[in-house]
Amino acid sequence: MATDIEVTSKELAIHVDPNRERLLREAEKELPLEYSAGWSDPEAYFFKSGRGVSRETVEMISRMKNEPAWMLDRRIKAYDHFLSRKMPSWGADLSEINFDEMYYYIKPASEQGKTWDDVPQDIKNTFDKLGIPEAERKFLAGVSAQYESEVVYHSLREDLEKLGVIFTDMDSGLREYPEIVKRYFGTVIPYKDNKFAALNTAVWSGGSFVYVPKGVHVAIPLQAYFRINAKNAGQFERTLIIADEGSYVHYIEGCTAPIWSEDSLHSAVVELIAMKDATIRYTTVQNWSNNVYNIVTKRAVAHENATVAWIDGNLGSKVTMKYPAVYLLGRGSKAEIVSAAFANQGQVQDAGGKVWHCAPETTSTITSKSVSKGNGRTSFRGWLKIYKGCVDSVSAMRCDAMLLDKECRSDTYPTIEVDEEKVALGHEATVSKIGEEELFYLMSRGLSEREAITQIVNGFIEPFTKTLPMEYAIELNRLIQMQMDGAVG
Amino acid sequence: MVAAPATNAPVHQSPAGGATLAIRNLHVNIDSREIIHGIDLTVNKGEVHAILGPNGSGKSTLAYALMGHPRYAVTSGEVELKGEDLLAMSADERSRNGLFLCFQYPTSIPGIQMGNFLRLAMKARFGDAAIKTFRKELTEKLRILKMDESYMRRYLNEGFSGGEKKKAEILQMALLKPEIAIMDETDSGLDVDAFKVVADGVNAMRGPDVGFVVITHYNRMLEYIKPDFVHVLIGGKIVKSGGPELALAVDQHGYQPILEELREQGVEIELMEEAGATYAREEPTEREHDPFRSHGLTGL
Repeated sequence: MATDIEVTSKELAIHVDPNRERLLREAEKELPLEYSAGWSDPEAYFFKSGRGVSRETVEMISRMKNEPAWMLDRRIKAYDHFLSRKMPSWGADLSEINFDEMYYYIKPASEQGKTWDDVPQDIKNTFDKLGIPEAERKFLAGVSAQYESEVVYHSLREDLEKLGVIFTDMDSGLREYPEIVKRYFGTVIPYKDNKFAALNTAVWSGGSFVYVPKGVHVAIPLQAYFRINAKNAGQFERTLIIADEGSYVHYIEGCTAPIWSEDSLHSAVVELIAMKDATIRYTTVQNWSNNVYNIVTKRAVAHENATVAWIDGNLGSKVTMKYPAVYLLGRGSKAEIVSAAFANQGQVQDAGGKVWHCAPETTSTITSKSVSKGNGRTSFRGWLKIYKGCVDSVSAMRCDAMLLDKECRSDTYPTIEVDEEKVALGHEATVSKIGEEELFYLMSRGLSEREAITQIVNGFIEPFTKTLPMEYAIELNRLIQMQMDGAVG
Repeated sequence: MVAAPATNAPVHQSPAGGATLAIRNLHVNIDSREIIHGIDLTVNKGEVHAILGPNGSGKSTLAYALMGHPRYAVTSGEVELKGEDLLAMSADERSRNGLFLCFQYPTSIPGIQMGNFLRLAMKARFGDAAIKTFRKELTEKLRILKMDESYMRRYLNEGFSGGEKKKAEILQMALLKPEIAIMDETDSGLDVDAFKVVADGVNAMRGPDVGFVVITHYNRMLEYIKPDFVHVLIGGKIVKSGGPELALAVDQHGYQPILEELREQGVEIELMEEAGATYAREEPTEREHDPFRSHGLTGL
């Protein structure tokens, strides 16, 4: 049954600027080579909860947000489930997470800013340094900036607003579009899904609510930016994206945090719903500092002929556990999951992807590229299920791991369950080191050892990089270069 | 200057100011086994030296050792490039100092676009200034080598045919303008057309600014790229040196007469026991089909 299916992301490759290559090179020259997002702002918050989570915390969050009763009810049920659920033990070591030490709700400002000038100065400076307002001016259709628990700034281009596109923070979404939110919230990821989805449902705050009306093509990306600032902070954003029939949307998220010795927790839930013929493309470039536990549940449903693409880059964090998933519910629907992970000294990147084929003529590709260095550890978990009756479905799973040192480690855990005969399936996994021959070849052309290794690593993850808009490709290449410092052992 | 082997080869004098590449008593190990047992060779700019030898005689080992492959350990001897200690340099330093190796089996590296790679290599060799003229130069070289512009967007050697790989090597050589270029069996695995393009590319580069070491298994290459000096490498040693006539003799009679001559002189040669090490006149094997015989292109 296993056949050679070429795993390509041609459809995903972004075609933008013909000068992309040149611009990439120019930009790379000027970028600093250190974790450049590691500063912190003084805490001058409007409200900060005490440490730990209790039923009172959950009720307090809901009360402060003036939520409808059903949401409070959901939160309470989820909280109870969180308490009853054991920590997952099948993946990365989570035993050091101390739920009692965390701050679960931090409201940095009394109100959300309509313009950047409305945002408190320190916070505005932080987003300035991260280049968000600049990116917004240059190439984004809308921006959402979340700081701790709340979205502090939010914008959407007027023309899109007129077309009926909704892009707002989740709390506003619940207030302003209660019917839509009530209808879809938790339908893709119920709170009982896992312990962290339960925790998120109990204490969620912020995140994005996106609705793209029928046939509307949002050609340029919407971006959400997530920043944790406080020590021991928990960030639990909740995102729901609904692309109505025939629409297209590209949503991008970026994440950073200061470098603290105390751990923080980022535990998001992201639900995507792609209606008939719709396309949702969701890109993440995660660059949390190395004291953040990043445990995120991301899942999508794709109806007839819809396409969902998860583009997932994990460079930062202490421990990441994240397996973007797609339910292919409609005939002809497609899932593409492309991920890249870089685990440096002390990091665990436990990532992958899951697809359930629940209809005929469905297509999925899961492509993973991971690089481990120092004692860093990467794991790939892929889960593919094709149900009986899903004839003429095609799936290809491919994961490639590169090890840069002797101590680092990479594991692959693919699970493939196929109940239908009439399908085409491909699976391939490789583990490689930087080859002596490749290194020698590049060095024999004058490239220094470091340059040569960087080129090889960049080449290795190129299938991922080429799916990113240029600005993010630049950032990614810079981050890789940064990680490569001292790669030559 | 040259410690000439026990042959009647013309003594090859280097000009005043020192040779471009001077190899003295070079010994090379692979995995603690000695493959090269003391080679002396001097190559100056403007010269073309051919190194002929049967399979397993150490030809490629010499090439890799000169370029600085980490697996090829130089155990004794000296090599100078323009008067500097070549052996003290890393592979990239050797390249930046004007040494080039045209690989027999170029490595393919996915994800690195040919065009970007060439630009990096040019920058490494000539500095930022080279980038300004890079485009123009590249276009010109591509034309000479009959290579399409689309090569530049392909991944480095990835999925290239044998001929495309060799052309890409010549392209790199032409752009990097080495002072000493070592060509390791560049003729192997090429069809007639590709061979001609490659040979033309090399001939176009010939001149007073570059010295060539052309390593080859067959004489074909040397009909297109006429050597000034010919050396026969057997058992890890240069056993005979001469002019172009030596290549003709090897082509007609194989290496056996040379071995007999050496035996008469009492010179001991360690012959490789590897499969494929033959000393009789060689016919091309099936894998290395020699297109010229079947096309009647050799004038021999």
